[in-house]
Amino acid sequence: MKVAVIQFPGSNCDLDTVHVLRRVLGIKADLIWHKFFDGSSYDAVILPGGFSYGDHLRSGVIAAHSPAMKNVKKMVDDGKPVLGICNGFQILVESELLPGALMQNDCLTFVCKWVALRAETNRTAFTSLIPRGEILHMPVAHHEGRYMIDEEGYRELCRNDQIVFRYVSEKGELTKESNPNGSMDNIAGICNKEGNVVGLMPHPERASEKTVNLYGTNDGLLVFESMFECIKTGRKMPCRSLAVCK
Amino acid sequence: MPIVSGVQVELTQEEVGKAKQLLGRAPNDVEVGMMDIMWSEHCSYKSSRPVLKLLPTKGPRVIVGPGYDAGVVDIGDGLAVIFKVESHNHPSAIEPYNGAATGIGGIVRDILCMGARPVALLDPLRFGSMKSGHSRWLFQYVVKGIADYGNCIGVPTVAGEVEFDESFETNCLVNVVCVGVARVKDLKLAEMRKPGDILVLAGSSTGRDGIHGVTFASRTLTEMSEADRPAVQIGDPFLKKLVIEATLEAIKTGYVRGLKDLGGGGFTCASSEMAAKGKVGAELWLEKMRLRETGMTPFEMMLSESQERMLFVVNPKGLSRVLKVFEKWDLPYSVVGKVTPTHELVVTLNGKVVGHMKPEILADAPVIYRKAEKPSYVDELKRKPKPPMPRNLSDILYRLLAAPNIASKEWVYRQYDHEVGVRTMVKPGDSDAAVLRILEAPNKAIAVKADCNSRHCYFDPYNGHAGAVAEAARNVVAVGAEPLAIVDGCNFGNPEKPDVFWQFKEAVRGVADMCKALKTPCVGGNVSFYNEDDRTKKAVKPTAMVVMVGLIENLDWVTTMALKEAGDVIIAVGKTYPELGGSEYYYEIHSLEGGVAPKADGKREKASMNTVLQSIRKGHVTAAHDCSKGGLAVALALMAIKGGLGVNVDIEKIPAKKMRLDELLFSESYARFIITAREEDAKHIIKIARKNGAPAKMIGEVTKAEQYILNYKGKSIVKCSPRKMSEAWSQTIPVMMGVTCK
Repeated sequence: MKVAVIQFPGSNCDLDTVHVLRRVLGIKADLIWHKFFDGSSYDAVILPGGFSYGDHLRSGVIAAHSPAMKNVKKMVDDGKPVLGICNGFQILVESELLPGALMQNDCLTFVCKWVALRAETNRTAFTSLIPRGEILHMPVAHHEGRYMIDEEGYRELCRNDQIVFRYVSEKGELTKESNPNGSMDNIAGICNKEGNVVGLMPHPERASEKTVNLYGTNDGLLVFESMFECIKTGRKMPCRSLAVCK
Repeated sequence: MPIVSGVQVELTQEEVGKAKQLLGRAPNDVEVGMMDIMWSEHCSYKSSRPVLKLLPTKGPRVIVGPGYDAGVVDIGDGLAVIFKVESHNHPSAIEPYNGAATGIGGIVRDILCMGARPVALLDPLRFGSMKSGHSRWLFQYVVKGIADYGNCIGVPTVAGEVEFDESFETNCLVNVVCVGVARVKDLKLAEMRKPGDILVLAGSSTGRDGIHGVTFASRTLTEMSEADRPAVQIGDPFLKKLVIEATLEAIKTGYVRGLKDLGGGGFTCASSEMAAKGKVGAELWLEKMRLRETGMTPFEMMLSESQERMLFVVNPKGLSRVLKVFEKWDLPYSVVGKVTPTHELVVTLNGKVVGHMKPEILADAPVIYRKAEKPSYVDELKRKPKPPMPRNLSDILYRLLAAPNIASKEWVYRQYDHEVGVRTMVKPGDSDAAVLRILEAPNKAIAVKADCNSRHCYFDPYNGHAGAVAEAARNVVAVGAEPLAIVDGCNFGNPEKPDVFWQFKEAVRGVADMCKALKTPCVGGNVSFYNEDDRTKKAVKPTAMVVMVGLIENLDWVTTMALKEAGDVIIAVGKTYPELGGSEYYYEIHSLEGGVAPKADGKREKASMNTVLQSIRKGHVTAAHDCSKGGLAVALALMAIKGGLGVNVDIEKIPAKKMRLDELLFSESYARFIITAREEDAKHIIKIARKNGAPAKMIGEVTKAEQYILNYKGKSIVKCSPRKMSEAWSQTIPVMMGVTCK
């Protein structure tokens, strides 16, 4: 089993992600310069956080048009797990592997803070080990993380059970105060219909070890362990139309 | 200002004469330009050098001391911590966004060129009163400049401090600190050693920006300074990120013999300093330099301070390997010269010599011995009468918590990515210092903090700055670290004025004495003079920012300031004296600038620090916090706010001389901590204190009740609600900045 972490010029959570995969989870992980990436030799791929191409034009947009992403698309079609964290999420959205858009935070500044998240579905390649409704803590750190989508798209997300994480209060309620960026419906992460592509703004790699976790837990690790489980069992994540749209 | 070879220079007539004498002829335009920047105050430390000699720079852990791009301290396991402070005051006062951003860019390069990965940034800042629109503008854009640059390059900004005082109205202080970690065997020095080695200039192309940035920083800001905006460089954090990664990868090839960043003084400074340090010469081929615009003259090429450039000294055997790394990262580069055995710096353009001199002439500028004279204000302040005793001390506590210098700086650090790198164990705002684990040594961490109380330092530069070293040390002790070493960033007015130079001399003497007492050598620093408003003729309050690094050899020792559990015993360590000169209490509540500022005493500091550190290592301490701005009452309040718990304290028990109650609560005496412990452990701490000769008493307990109560002779003299205290403390800055950040 081998996982790739793609390094774009300007990626800055690449080493952190590799650290967690190799040294905390103990799996084989390669840090791959985007020009050399070939998806066929990997079981899963992670697009790490950072400022690919300096966020020029728009966060994630230049990386989305890089040759490396053609390879990523191929992996998506093959049903392999694909995770985008923060800037990686922005890249997935810009390359239309995930729907919607990530806009500037409503407070107009960069925001770095620990947030509470509610796991909304366990049918994805990265949440299979997280029970629905579970509260996890992870930090966010971004300037463009306000998730937006049109009404039709939103209904589609709900219908297909594509909302993966929402920002919530400590009690698990959807509140305005618990939403760090003004995201629509407190959305923090989504997946594609098939559930093998997940994008989220919070950083699971920063919450995977007790020593650096503000809450003394290792919640973030569940995301990577789920991926590990999914690759190991070869489990497919079929689209289930059971969520009820509000 | 004299004109030499058609170039207007900042050098004095005397220095021009000295230059001619050293060269044995009149310098041409390129040479005089090079001398002008290298002999500027900023590059040469010509006024400060004789004074800085006072600082202790050696110790068993010091690997590299002052004189290089950054200080290096041994932390065992074959690892070293590299750190450095710089100021970017002048550019930030004119162009806050780019001024602050390029400050970060510069300090990161300093760490990088020692061969280390930058792992943390700190940013001590000073602005005028928050009531001033100009100050708020500077504050907002300095913070944004630091955030946008630091976040993009993926180096977390983990700590810092902000003070507001009228003296910084036109001259804000923007100090930046970078910390790096490396294996000792991978360290590099900015030196050319071997003739035949190739010089490679990588990164950005060379443009006309930043020409004369250092001479601009070596004079007083005037109304004309707005016109100096072109002297402010423009940063490109994306390119910097590529420079960081490519540099670290190039070093890994084993063929990079030395490297230096191009910062103040540009190509001139980098090449001449490296050659002078290695006692060799160099040929510089200007036609090979990649230029951003056409028609640039050799003078401009040598003086440009374009950002994001690094000069590499490469073993010719591995040149292609190194260049391949730059190509992988799409980092432009060019081969711009070579090291020669001649001991001469020869600058050529298409084979024609345009400048020629010994590198030492540039690197060892003539020293100036400035006059120092104690200003009269120092004694006048001491004589001012005490203010009347206020009636409602609870109300005063709320007001102090809301004072800009004490209030929560969350608005600032929310904008900084302080988590990237997965090293940050103690986050900004959670304790007295930031704690970063060392990924290469699993049970080790370092603590870092920057400190200086500019008001104390104005009242008494000697004790104030000795106190700054002590406070920085106390702060790293409070999180469980042993203080190792400092770097200091000096920010003063015009050194040509004897009263300013007196402040500077006293400051360095204070820093030096406390460093000796605490055995924390000074391994580097920066001096920024001319922080003075030409119109009002007023200098900034003297501020030698002290940055301390501490070592934690067991992650279980990491301690925070939040109260942990009801029933814990509260212990005050260190004696309180009636020292309110320069205090927040006098300034905020009584609008009084007067009184006697705290005295610093190495022995008392050592006793208190040893008590706390030994108690932490024995596992007795549940929370620790040092007493600084706002005194004991504020220190306790912050611990309660952070812990969401109450306290019940008997203030008669506080180790103190006899004094008024407001003095007891708000005095800013040094060498004090508040710590808490489980009931059964408290007596052990008292014993440890006695052994160390530190006054320490149990003064009360942590309570579940939502109440902060201070009793005197059985009566509650302060009764506050931690929730309301938290509101007062957290809302000041966001409200004043007109933003609501979640």
